[in-house]
Amino acid sequence: MRTTFRNIAFGGVLILAGAAAAVAQVSDDVVKIGVLTDMTGAYSDLAGPGSIIAAQMAAEDFGGKVLGKPIVIVSADHQNKADVASSVARKWFDEEHVDAIADLVSSSTALAVMPVAAEKKRITLLSGPGSSAIERDKCTAYNVHYTYNTYSMAAGTGRAVVQRGGKSWFFITADYVFGKSLEADTSKVVIASGGKILGEVKAPFPTTDFSSYLLQAQSSGAKIIGLANAGADTINAIKQANEFGITPKQSLAGLLVFLSDVHSLGLPTAKGMYLTTAFYWDRNEESRKWSKRFFERHKKMPTMVQAGVYSELMHYFRAIQAAGTDNSDKVMAKMRETPINDFFTKNGHIGADGLNRHEMYLAQVKTPAESKYPWDYYKILKTIPAAEAFEPPDPSCPQVKK
Amino acid sequence: MIATEPAFVPAGSRRSGIPWGYAVMVAVGLAAPFLVYPVFAMNVLCLALFASAFNLLLGYSGLLSFGHAAFLGAAGYVTLETIRRWGLPVELAILVGTVVAALLGMLFGVLAIRRSGIYFAMITLGFAQVVYFLVLQMPWTGGEDGLQGVARGKLLGIVSLQGNLAMYYFVYAVFLAGFWIIHRTIHSPFGHVLRAIRENEPRAISLGYDVDRYKLLAFVISAALSGLAGSMKALVFQSATLTDVHWHRSGAVVLMTLLGGMGTPMGPSVGALLVTALENYLASYGSWVAVLTGCVFIICVLAFRRGIVGELGALVRRSF
Amino acid sequence: MIQALSGQLLVGLINGSFYALLSLGLAIIFGLLDVVNFAHGAQYMLGAFVAWMALQYLGINYWWALILAPLAVGALGLGFEWLMLRHLYRLDPLYGLLLTFGVALVLEGSFQNAFGISGNSYPVPGLLQGGTNLGFMYLPRYRVWVVLVSVAVCFANWLMIEKTRLGSYLRAGTENPALLQAFGVNVPLMRGLTYGYGVGLAAFAGVMAAPIYQVTPLMGSSVIMVLFAVVVIGGMGSIAGSIVTGLGLGLIEGLTKFLYAPASDVVVFVVMALVLLLRPAGLFGRQR
Repeated sequence: MRTTFRNIAFGGVLILAGAAAAVAQVSDDVVKIGVLTDMTGAYSDLAGPGSIIAAQMAAEDFGGKVLGKPIVIVSADHQNKADVASSVARKWFDEEHVDAIADLVSSSTALAVMPVAAEKKRITLLSGPGSSAIERDKCTAYNVHYTYNTYSMAAGTGRAVVQRGGKSWFFITADYVFGKSLEADTSKVVIASGGKILGEVKAPFPTTDFSSYLLQAQSSGAKIIGLANAGADTINAIKQANEFGITPKQSLAGLLVFLSDVHSLGLPTAKGMYLTTAFYWDRNEESRKWSKRFFERHKKMPTMVQAGVYSELMHYFRAIQAAGTDNSDKVMAKMRETPINDFFTKNGHIGADGLNRHEMYLAQVKTPAESKYPWDYYKILKTIPAAEAFEPPDPSCPQVKK
Repeated sequence: MIATEPAFVPAGSRRSGIPWGYAVMVAVGLAAPFLVYPVFAMNVLCLALFASAFNLLLGYSGLLSFGHAAFLGAAGYVTLETIRRWGLPVELAILVGTVVAALLGMLFGVLAIRRSGIYFAMITLGFAQVVYFLVLQMPWTGGEDGLQGVARGKLLGIVSLQGNLAMYYFVYAVFLAGFWIIHRTIHSPFGHVLRAIRENEPRAISLGYDVDRYKLLAFVISAALSGLAGSMKALVFQSATLTDVHWHRSGAVVLMTLLGGMGTPMGPSVGALLVTALENYLASYGSWVAVLTGCVFIICVLAFRRGIVGELGALVRRSF
Repeated sequence: MIQALSGQLLVGLINGSFYALLSLGLAIIFGLLDVVNFAHGAQYMLGAFVAWMALQYLGINYWWALILAPLAVGALGLGFEWLMLRHLYRLDPLYGLLLTFGVALVLEGSFQNAFGISGNSYPVPGLLQGGTNLGFMYLPRYRVWVVLVSVAVCFANWLMIEKTRLGSYLRAGTENPALLQAFGVNVPLMRGLTYGYGVGLAAFAGVMAAPIYQVTPLMGSSVIMVLFAVVVIGGMGSIAGSIVTGLGLGLIEGLTKFLYAPASDVVVFVVMALVLLLRPAGLFGRQR
């Protein structure tokens, strides 16, 4: 009697389980997101802990569950090292049932994780890295490059600066792949808009003293000094350009400047600089509302990378909901066919190459007199439509040919 | 310079060295991929071989090299590039990586071996920085992106190494072979001469030993085995990156050796396990890892200078 | 071309004088205590941060910080010497290096937790703002100040250690501590003060650097390797050696930045390896 009862109960459980599987297929009964970011290194202020908070906010705002299964956020520090990133990713995929990895600030870590994810058919949602190689020859079928790429930064700043009369350029470039790619993309845009390149110098990465390079830029006579570097290097270069009296006569164009950089530089030093951004907290009511919630938790306003992490995860969760499964192929297809319209950006479309093409904004850093309240740093000068901000899919990406 | 420190009594130099230690090591190694994540275990094995090779110099010859990352990293790059560009079979690619590291070691060694102490450390550091610079600049190394996504290939053209388990046992076999070579070197007449040089170099010279040649050979063996470890590591992760050529890696291997116990045969492996585990399992705590590693350093130097294995060995000797 | 070159050489000289100032404390600590102070970079960072915090939270200006920050950080160094470092003097110098390396990790990690990585800006003090146009380049007044102070401090220290009675005690402390103790000199105290003084010099350099470079937790870790190279090339323990080498390396680095910038990081190490191969004890060192 008892055995029969047990059998019935067992069968019931089986049926229930089967039913659940038919309704919604979520592997391992959990949707697990790994936020792999730089917690301590050069990019920890523009991504890092803030990215993790953004991911947690996304999970909570979605209700903590998708298709009735819990959303779990895990995180790790990749220290900006490609080998650490790929080994954490492997472990997450192999052992801990992670479905998607978010952020991956710094291009070298992203490029290391992408092939691992593609091999295991898991999704990478990149917000932090910028290299445009990610959607060109290094592209994979399971990747979304969400927030920006070096071309979009170059296109925004480069074109705007040339149009405002900054026709001759000199580059101070970080002697690293991302710096070179930033320089190459910008040169292309500058030349296409009718400007010319007078020279460049490749500074080792990282560098603290830029005075020598700034002097070279000065003696080139170029009107615009393009800073193809990031983080502390950009900050030090801008600071020292002020010190050496370069900035009034020649202008700086920071090609990869984040809100956190402007915050730590301070407006007296950073004022007047042009930059391109995918997101600014004070742009409209929607962005302010979200950013203030973020500020409550992080005590700093979000950078575009951190806001991008939130937005890309919401998009991912919605795609799972719509597809009724967390199967990577189906989710990728859903993410590609759904346009993105939220507080972060308007008219976003993810292409076959994984790049999210959306509006970008050209901004100028305010002077201390213009800034009315804390974090009031940017004037948005112009909305750059997606078609102008990003290049069409590049044939060097195998996904594009299909 | 190490000779002035009385605490360094290499446990392995005595016949009472711990044979059961080896037995435990072999058993743990065989079972490891079922207990922990295999890639983690492989990483530990590669770094353990690296640290053991380093220990051959520091612990048994008294030479502190601060440029060993150059051998580890360069071999990794060469191995992957030969696979990628010329499609060399895995075994051959590893061999090429090892040979390159040995040649590099020969070059470093010939120039640096006549100096000692801090000066030796600094010359090796200088050369290693040059290697780092070359790796960063050369067109085929991919700068900070490194070489990525190179397939592991097939062992002897038959066994696919793409699966973690097969790869693990391959790495393990190589580790054991490397460890055995180090063991044989230490216990050979050559190893005894090395220790004699470490303890009292003028006396070794007066006994008619060509000290520089002995040191050079030790350096080249150490470099070659470091290269072997680097080739394996690159193959495991299917990538070669700047991390493995950076001087931080040269510093980390000193930490591993010191923590485990320099001049003990097992010490470096134990140190490698601990350091890797620390980095691995605390990865989500951000900069607290640096603080914690720093504390480990401080405590080790102040209280446990013989390292874990060294202290254990001393404990065993005292109790029996 | 000549104009550009003279600008580069001047900048090299400025950087070189700063290297000399930074490596001075390192050279003193090594020369007199036989300790390779790996924490020097972190202590330099600490000096800059103390100055920044003093300005931010207490409103203490640059000029006071220039005096107070070295004293505060030097006192910390003294405490560290007494608690930990002094137990290692009899052992191999390797242990001192490893201990101070651990301290550097702890300091840098803690500051990263507290202040993040991008750090903070420290304004140039009002008196030293602006600059002069030399024709071939614009020379900021603050950099002139850095050169003058560095050269003055280096020279004063060289005089003190090589030419005064205090200096001879200090040097005797390295050669034969037992004998010096027998003469009634409190050797342990003297060593503690020496270490604290060296650390104070690092902090002093940190305050000098704060208005030029961003004050970040890792500002010291990027410069420490170069400093080692300076001290080794100069001849470990030779004060004059590290001063001259600091200046010389600044110039060589400046030239490299002009001719082939990507190599400017590595040129220091190439010079170091070459010097050690040709002159084993460094340029000014005595073979011991």
